[in-house]
Amino acid sequence: MQAKNHTENLGKENRSEHSLAARLRDLSKDYVLSGETVHALRGVSFDVPQGDFISIMGPSGSGKSTLLNLLGCLDRPTSGTFLLGGDDVAHMNDDRLSETRASRIGFVFQSYNLLPALSVVENIEVPLYYSGQLNAAARNRCVELAEMVGLGSRLDHRPSELSGGQQQRVAIARSLVNDPRFILADEPTGNLDSATTEEILALLAQLNDEGRTIIIVTHEPDVAQQTRRTIVLLDGQILSDERLKPWEAGSAQLS
Amino acid sequence: MGSWFRTIKLSIKSLLLHPMRSALTVLGIFIGVASVIWLLAMGEGIGRAAQEQIASLGARNVIVRTIKPSSDDVQDGGYGLTRNDYVRLLATVPTIDKAIPIRIVSQEFRYKTRNFEGRLVGSTPDYPLVTNLVQDQGRFLTDSDLERERNYCVLAAESAERLFPSGNALGKEIMVDDTFYKVVGVMQPRAPSAGIGGSLAAEDFSSDVYVPITTLWRRIGDMIVITKPGQFQRDLVEVSQITIQVDRRERVLQTADIVRETIALDHTLEDFGVTVPLELLQQAETTRLMFILFLGMIATISLVVGGIGIMNIMLATVTERTHEIGIRRALGAKRQDITRQFLVESTVLSLAGGLLGVLGGLFCRPLSVAARSLLEHWFPQQMETLPDLIRTVEPQLVSWSIPLAFAISLVVGILFGVYPALRAAQLDPIEALRHE
Repeated sequence: MQAKNHTENLGKENRSEHSLAARLRDLSKDYVLSGETVHALRGVSFDVPQGDFISIMGPSGSGKSTLLNLLGCLDRPTSGTFLLGGDDVAHMNDDRLSETRASRIGFVFQSYNLLPALSVVENIEVPLYYSGQLNAAARNRCVELAEMVGLGSRLDHRPSELSGGQQQRVAIARSLVNDPRFILADEPTGNLDSATTEEILALLAQLNDEGRTIIIVTHEPDVAQQTRRTIVLLDGQILSDERLKPWEAGSAQLS
Repeated sequence: MGSWFRTIKLSIKSLLLHPMRSALTVLGIFIGVASVIWLLAMGEGIGRAAQEQIASLGARNVIVRTIKPSSDDVQDGGYGLTRNDYVRLLATVPTIDKAIPIRIVSQEFRYKTRNFEGRLVGSTPDYPLVTNLVQDQGRFLTDSDLERERNYCVLAAESAERLFPSGNALGKEIMVDDTFYKVVGVMQPRAPSAGIGGSLAAEDFSSDVYVPITTLWRRIGDMIVITKPGQFQRDLVEVSQITIQVDRRERVLQTADIVRETIALDHTLEDFGVTVPLELLQQAETTRLMFILFLGMIATISLVVGGIGIMNIMLATVTERTHEIGIRRALGAKRQDITRQFLVESTVLSLAGGLLGVLGGLFCRPLSVAARSLLEHWFPQQMETLPDLIRTVEPQLVSWSIPLAFAISLVVGILFGVYPALRAAQLDPIEALRHE
């Protein structure tokens, strides 16, 4: 019941014209490694407007992974604020972080990360299970999502029976199932050949056109080129934040 | 509710991914749970056997028996209970409901060409009442038979069978010690009684012939002379046994003490013993306790070992599935969701063991019969020394042992599953995701 209200509130926010999917202000993250403090992120600030398609780039050690973990609510910042809706992720406890991951973020991983024992539909259902919204209507939506990513004929297949591109499509369908504030994709095409990479990027672009907010973390400039905006990190700070394609508030309407 | 069902389904699915491993893990719990059911069944069987034997000996009875003292103390061959003891008991112990004197002498019984060695039992009309003996044909001895010292006799079922295999013993005259006795009744068969520690040895009633005790005293007398090669023995005994029925069950033990003291007043020799069938209960209780201790130890050990097995497997599973845990955490699983998933898995394992254990428990009776016959074949001497209660015990399944078995396996599954489950839940999602 609570979870349902929660989703309805999110829906209202989406309808306001200048709503943000997320806002990062002066975000920093320190790690203590064998007695030495490592400053992985040193004051990162940017906004993620609804409907944007952002790529985050940077060499290894630039703080890319740390930012990804923070954006994915897998970790809390050492200081600064990360607003997701009206809530500051920095002040959430472990359970709230889990709830947030379950209902507001859609993960797409480089290695797909499907559960091998589950079928296509069951894999898509997993986030619903943890956000407590698993019902008959939600199940139907899982099938619709599978059909949308072109796997309508393979609903009962196991991940091991699918190609890499197909598995990544399942993962994308799974990331959409809870109607998240944004999709967070970590090198989504890193394990795919160039043809399949194009397919997956086309699918993500299509989702973005439909109003989905997408953040891709990647090291491939070709991939970044296809997004609307590229943020480059270096030594834990933003080196550049460049808009590649126009983003109109009008396209931010979720269907 | 639905999510629990889903979790259970999921855990069965992942356990079946390693069927051999899961089956071996279940084994320890199986043995433990089966032992619990067996232990209760054995205890129940012993309890029931004791109850039956007490019923056959008479729960309200106190048995006083003549015991032969060491031969140096005996003067003129005279010892044991006397007619005077019997009279005095009746007169002085108020809680006695009935008391019967019994004199037992070994004799040879003849009818025409048939004969056999058996026990000539002299007693009173109350004998069947006090010893739970049931009339089959004719009648038992009466007061007038005793008064007139009649040569009447009543046959035990097996005695009648031996002398009159074609039946119809009533009215026939059998010969005992050169005297003819007319058969007036035949009794129903009765099971031999088990021995109780102390003075009451196991007793076989199958070759008995009952006559009025007055007739026995008159015809046979008190003096029994036994001549064997190289041995001459005279026994002078008036009464072999006095069986007393106490008016109320609660007073049995107390009455036994009074009876012992009353008789001891008149006896300088240790030539009698007092036994109470009710004491069988205490003996059964000891035996039952022994079984419960023994099997309880096996059950505890195998449940602990089984539990450790579950813990071991679950820890391996957690390590093996770290990546899966990472994925689930990233997709929104809370720590408690992960805890629950692994706890359900260990509990399913343990409950499977419990279920099999219950099945194993159901085969308790045939298996114990098989085990006993094997033991009797391999170790006959050792088996001889065991108390009858253990040698003949028939396990009786106790209905509440089945829910108990399930409760135990549930507790073991949770107890030994908690640590691996908590460890799984404490994994850092980022680390877990990176783990391959």
